Amino acid sequence: MSPEKLDLLQGTLDLMVLQTLVVMGSLHGYGIARRIEQVSGNEVLLNQGTIYASLVRLEQRGWIGSRWGTSDNNRKAKFYSITETGQRQLMADARYWERLKEVMERVMTMDNSTEGKADA
Amino acid sequence: MSWIWRFLGRVWAFVRRRPLDAELDAELAAHLEMAIEDNITRGLSATEARRLALVSIGGMEQARYRHREARGFMNIDILSQDLKYTFRTLWRDPSFTIVAVLILALAIGANIAVFSVVNTLLLRPLPFQNAQQLVWIAPPPTKCGLSCATYSTDAYDEFRTMSRSYQDVTGYFAFSSADNLSLNLGGAPITATSIDVIQNFFPVLGVHAQMGRVFTAEDARNGAAPVVILTNAWWKRQFNGDPNIVGKAFDMNGQQTTVIGVLPASFDFGAVFAPGTKVDAITPLNLYGPPRDWGNIITFIGRMKPGVTLGQARDEAARIAPHMCWNNKHPETCGDYKGAVVPVPLKDYISGKLRRSLIVLWAAVGAILLIACVNLSNLLLARASARSREFAMRGALGASRVRIVRQLLTESLVLASFGAIFGLMLAWTLVSWFAHQGAIALPLLSTLHIDGAALGWTVLIAVFAAVVFGLVPGLRMAGGNLQESLKDAGPSASTSRKHERVRSVLVVSEVALACMLLVGAGLLLRSFMRVLDVDLGFQPDRAAAIKVDYQGNPADGDGSTQASQNAIALRRAAFQQQVLSRVGSLPGIEAAGFTDYLPLGQNRAWGTPLPKGAKRPDKLDTGPLVYVISPGYMRAMGTRVRGRDFTWSDGPTGQQVVMINDSYARFLNSFGMWPDGNAVGKTLGNGGGPDLIIVGVVSDVHEESVDGDAGWQIYYPNTQAGPSGLELVVRSSVPPASMATSVLSMLRDINPKQPMAEFKPIRLLVNHAVSGRQFFMLLVLSFATLGLLLAALGIYGVISYSVTRQTQEIGIRMALGASAGIVQRQVLAGTVRLAIIGIVLGAAASIAGSRLMASLLFETSPWDIATYAGMAIALLAVAAVSGYIPAFRASRINPTVALRSN
Repeated sequence: MSPEKLDLLQGTLDLMVLQTLVVMGSLHGYGIARRIEQVSGNEVLLNQGTIYASLVRLEQRGWIGSRWGTSDNNRKAKFYSITETGQRQLMADARYWERLKEVMERVMTMDNSTEGKADA
Repeated sequence: MSWIWRFLGRVWAFVRRRPLDAELDAELAAHLEMAIEDNITRGLSATEARRLALVSIGGMEQARYRHREARGFMNIDILSQDLKYTFRTLWRDPSFTIVAVLILALAIGANIAVFSVVNTLLLRPLPFQNAQQLVWIAPPPTKCGLSCATYSTDAYDEFRTMSRSYQDVTGYFAFSSADNLSLNLGGAPITATSIDVIQNFFPVLGVHAQMGRVFTAEDARNGAAPVVILTNAWWKRQFNGDPNIVGKAFDMNGQQTTVIGVLPASFDFGAVFAPGTKVDAITPLNLYGPPRDWGNIITFIGRMKPGVTLGQARDEAARIAPHMCWNNKHPETCGDYKGAVVPVPLKDYISGKLRRSLIVLWAAVGAILLIACVNLSNLLLARASARSREFAMRGALGASRVRIVRQLLTESLVLASFGAIFGLMLAWTLVSWFAHQGAIALPLLSTLHIDGAALGWTVLIAVFAAVVFGLVPGLRMAGGNLQESLKDAGPSASTSRKHERVRSVLVVSEVALACMLLVGAGLLLRSFMRVLDVDLGFQPDRAAAIKVDYQGNPADGDGSTQASQNAIALRRAAFQQQVLSRVGSLPGIEAAGFTDYLPLGQNRAWGTPLPKGAKRPDKLDTGPLVYVISPGYMRAMGTRVRGRDFTWSDGPTGQQVVMINDSYARFLNSFGMWPDGNAVGKTLGNGGGPDLIIVGVVSDVHEESVDGDAGWQIYYPNTQAGPSGLELVVRSSVPPASMATSVLSMLRDINPKQPMAEFKPIRLLVNHAVSGRQFFMLLVLSFATLGLLLAALGIYGVISYSVTRQTQEIGIRMALGASAGIVQRQVLAGTVRLAIIGIVLGAAASIAGSRLMASLLFETSPWDIATYAGMAIALLAVAAVSGYIPAFRASRINPTVALRSN
């Protein structure tokens, strides 16, 4: 719990959950939370409990579905999987993030030389 | 469209919140188990594994909260929680709940009732279609009563023809007196009141018959068959709501009169045009029959064309007025109405005079509401400090401030809602009672009811009250320091002291508000007393009047010749003498006499006789009011006469005589024709008619209002002038009501046609005349009393709380030797200090606001020292009493017990 961990931006958790489900297929809440933590290299500050708020939100929007099942070690758990609309949404969101990332990069790497042709 | 699905999903989730919660709990449990297992696999001890798992989840409760939040409608959930909790806490403290709801119910109820009155009289349009188009057309107010507020038939025709601003102009006969209709259904005739209206009266007002039809021009022609329209109330009362009444004919005033229609219940002539009186039937006024030459008899009501402004209508009226003639046969009367034709909105005419009173009333109930809020704030603060640890605990467990304030506001809203419900019931009772006070001379009172606007107002003030009284304690509570509250072992810590300061401020403002109310009520009460003390010029007690039926004998002719007039007068005199001698022989009767108009009722003017030989001034805007009376009337009314009363020998062929009142005598004397300044025995010229000898001068009688100035009056003997009716006035040595039966049976004995007319004590006329003032005074007075009670309750609450808080301190002081007397004095001094600050502030505010009151007062200064002093003493006394109880309790504190208690 180092103070340098990244605070999650509004909406980013939803995107992470969707991406995780696309890659991992059907997965339970704990699995999703762990996966995000692992992939981020423990960089994000994630109260695992908040994953469930994200999951219920996504499910209400129809982007993910859920069913009860049994985990690898025979434990009853609720498994989530992404729907087709969810996949479309993910693609749209990913494009958005890509653009945002590029803009942020350009902004953060600007120097004096670009000053004159800012409108280009 | 996806938001609809989202919304439905949230609704569905809300409906299924319990299974969803259970599912989440299962999920979280599984989550925890898996996390623990993983941690154990990583080689941690079981306890450490569990601890770390919980840490990474970040709080189960928070996860649940976030989940619910994301799921939707958490607010409803919280609200239902808060409500449940509120009901539980309120149930647990029934005495607090009852007191709080009672206070709120009284305050809110008073507010709704007054709002309904204000709404009916000031805010709502009159109960007519497009009421804003209706105007009342009348001269500016003058001293000569109704005759100077009305117009002649010639003037009506001229105005109606020439004006272009109106869709139509109508009017009614202003001189109908009460009980002027005698309905003969066999047996004793029944009296009722009817009003003659111009045939287009109902179309102009936009009133349609509920059954049958309204008048047409045919109904008002010469020789038209007599017709009548019944008011809804009379139709129900007298004719049992007969559904087939239209077309039936009844004997009314000796003529078979056909009922052509029944008016809707929403139309009440009295409520609009003659407050405090009831009108039973409407009859058409034949403008081309006898009233043609009666002079000023019609009031004007116009309906302006759409788009015409009041200013345009006024300009036009001012242009037409000089062309209007009092009587077309007398061209010299053309132009008499110059400057005397002024349209005003009908609504202003009806309720404009009440605007001030209503504003004061509204302010008074507003003050009551504020006092109630302050009181509730106080009660809630006392509760809040008792509950401070509860809230501190909830804060420590993670409840946000918003959440706690929200909980407290929910409590306030629940209290306010209960207050509003009971208040509404109270207001409904009050309003329906007001609506049935037909005798109160206030317009539109009978149309009072709780309507949608009043319900809206209820919601508004309930929410306002809840926020006002809930917010202060709420913020106080939530703003407190958690640790301090948790540590705060006894009520002596600084938060409590802060509370006490807030509560003192609240009490001071409460006393100040109550003080303003009391001053207002005191001033109104004093004015009312002054009004009751006015020398009316007659003695209203132990006198009563009854309308006497008298029809002349057709053999005497129609009064068109002098001989016929004399015969009519002589027969009438004989009838009156017979009645008076019979009445005089009844035991208990001291005096009796006839008049045609009673004071404080109808009146009229006939012209202005001046001292013989005096030069007539160019412009006389007023004339004396005319009363046609019999010998004995002055004594029956208790009016003092200088000179002599009329006698029966002042006959139709004898010298014409009159009596005048002091004011008129003073005016006539100002012509300088009477060297000795004494009017008695002097001669008046009467514009071409025979000269009039003044035989007596009588006291000024208040003829129009109790609180107005008396104008000029002239009395003619009814042996020499035609009365427009006969009212028998008797003065008795016993309460007049006990004479009713014997007088009526005597009258019926002489004249079997005498209807069962009402025996009206003269005192009632006076009461009726002051009933509007009395109504406002009583309302403000009861609000002030309520305010005083609430203030007393507030003072008691604060002082008693502060005594409880200081139990320990008082205990120590008593242990150190302070006597019970000293303790009592100190507590009382604290009370009185708060009260004095409140009184000073309230008195200052009253003085600042006295301009609002000034016009409502009668012979009372808005800075009346006695009222202010009385109010201050009353408030101090109440404060002292409410402070004495806790003071007494303080002096009874047992030091040993007090010191041990903490």
